[in-house]
Formats: sequence, C-alpha cells, structure tokens
Amino acid sequence: MDDTLRIKGTEFKSRLWIGTGKYKDFAETVKAVEASGADVVTVSVRRVNITDRKSENLLDYIDPRKYRILPNTAGCYTVDDALRYSRLAREAGVSDMIKLEVIGDERTLFPDTIGLLQATEILAKEGFIVFPYTNDDPIMARRLENAGAAAVMPLGAPIGSGLGLRNPYNIKIILEASKVPVLVDAGVGTASDATIAMELGCDAVLINTAIAAAKDPVAMAAAMKHAVIAGRLAYKAGRMGRKLYATASSPIEGML
Amino acid sequence: MRLKVNGEEIDTAAATVLQLLQEQEIRPERVAVEVNLKVLRRADFERRQIHEGDIVEIVYFVGGGRHG
Repeated sequence: MDDTLRIKGTEFKSRLWIGTGKYKDFAETVKAVEASGADVVTVSVRRVNITDRKSENLLDYIDPRKYRILPNTAGCYTVDDALRYSRLAREAGVSDMIKLEVIGDERTLFPDTIGLLQATEILAKEGFIVFPYTNDDPIMARRLENAGAAAVMPLGAPIGSGLGLRNPYNIKIILEASKVPVLVDAGVGTASDATIAMELGCDAVLINTAIAAAKDPVAMAAAMKHAVIAGRLAYKAGRMGRKLYATASSPIEGML
Repeated sequence: MRLKVNGEEIDTAAATVLQLLQEQEIRPERVAVEVNLKVLRRADFERRQIHEGDIVEIVYFVGGGRHG
C-alpha cells in the first residue's frame, strides 16, 4: 500500500524530519541522520566565518543530493529578517522550501503568528514552498493554509523543552480541519511522544533536540525512526475503542 | 578598496563578487551573497561589480534544526 508523504509534488520517503543543530560535531550529526532514516534535514543560514575560512561546511557531510535540505529562519524575530533569511537560503540552497520561523519571544521561542502569517503570504507569492512553524491554534493553522502555506507545523511544546504534545486535542482539531499536511514541530522529548503525534494522524514530525541532547544521539535517532513508523502504522490500522470494563479475549465456549 | 564583509572591514583588490569570494577562499557554490541588502543570484556573482563602502554579507548553511 502506498503511504508516501507528498507535499507540493515532492515525495518524502520518511515521515521523520530532523534538525542538525546542537550535535557534538559533524561526524555525530551524520551518524544520527543516517540512523534516523530521515530524508529531510533542517539547517540554518549564518555568516561564513571570514577570519577562519577553512572551517568545514555542513554540506560536505550532509550530501544535498542524498538529503532534502530544508533551511529555516530560526533566530528571526521580525518579518523583514525572516524574508531576508528566506531569500538568502533559496540562493544558498537547491530548492524553494523554507521552514519559516518568526519568533515572538526569547524565553518561550513561541512564534509571532501575526508576523508569521504576513511572511507566509509574501513568500508563497514569491514561489517559496513555505513550512511555517506555528502554535497549536487551529484558527491560525487555517489562516496559514489560506495564505499559501504548503503545510503547517504546529508546536507540540516549546522548542527544546522535550515536554511532548501538551495539547493533543488542538493538534487533532488542526488535523481534522487542515487540507495541507500537518507536521508536529518542537516538543518531542522521547520516542513515545513521536508515536503519539503520528497516532493522532500527523503527516510527519520534526525532531532535533530530543535526538541531539540524548545521551546516545545515534541510538535515539534509531528509536525515533521506529517510533514514527509505529505511530503511522497504528494510525492507519485504526485503534480499538476505549472501554471502561473488560472484554474477554479468550472464548467462553469449550470451558470445563 | 574598503568593504564591509560579514561585519568586518576588509581591504580588497576584487572587482566583482566572484573575485571577492575567490580572494576570501570561499567556494561560490556553497554560499549566498547579499550586497547592500540585495540578495544576488548565483549566476550574477561574476558580473556583479563591488564598490568602495559596499556592505556584503556571505552566508552558508550551518547545523540548526530549531533555533540558532
């Protein structure tokens, strides 16, 4: 049965997308990416160090022919900055995909959804394939979809918090209403969190810190791979109904 | 000629963006360049002249998933 994730004509072989921040070094990043089975890896856009020009390039380790490089606008607090970083990312990279972040607050890293909506609209018109990082608000998800977002990426919990899905009911409402794919971004702390997101019916999850900050990031990357597959399969299989009392699984017939 | 590149004042003999990248030993295929807040197409690196006092930003991809 074909269960390939498709977004704007692009096929994705894995429903686990991973971030490449916070790893010890490039070698560990590569091992974790490989163990995760992810084909989408997110990256950030930063100044080249012109005083140390020999510093290594991430793309020497993460082959852009093998992985889909999804640049983000992490660290941008205004619409103008997010647009500037997006346009630079498009020229530095190989695609029109942009993971759009307009951050509203340093402590929570919650999105400034008003700025996010404005930037989404502008970038979609410029031909970008926009993946906005948003909060778990179903109305904002709808507004982003109407503004041309290719998918919506509601947070499960604050970035890097590892708290899991704090409001699965809102995620469920977003999923029911959304005509574009829904990817949980931020908040996953361990494998079961990823499974829960997938069991709800999310199209994919994006994970960074839960893997990078694990004691053994490579092992956690493998755990996340299986967690996402398990959650997806369970969603497709359809869970049984919840019942308050027992229902015997063994037949009564033939008992002594 | 004096330029500001990535926030640093530098002296350069380069006449174009491509020459500037070569002078700085930066591979053009892995970066994006902005001159005076205008993002350039990679195909324009060779043509784009640079002038005294230009503000140039050269960026590339670094590890980052969440926030930088």
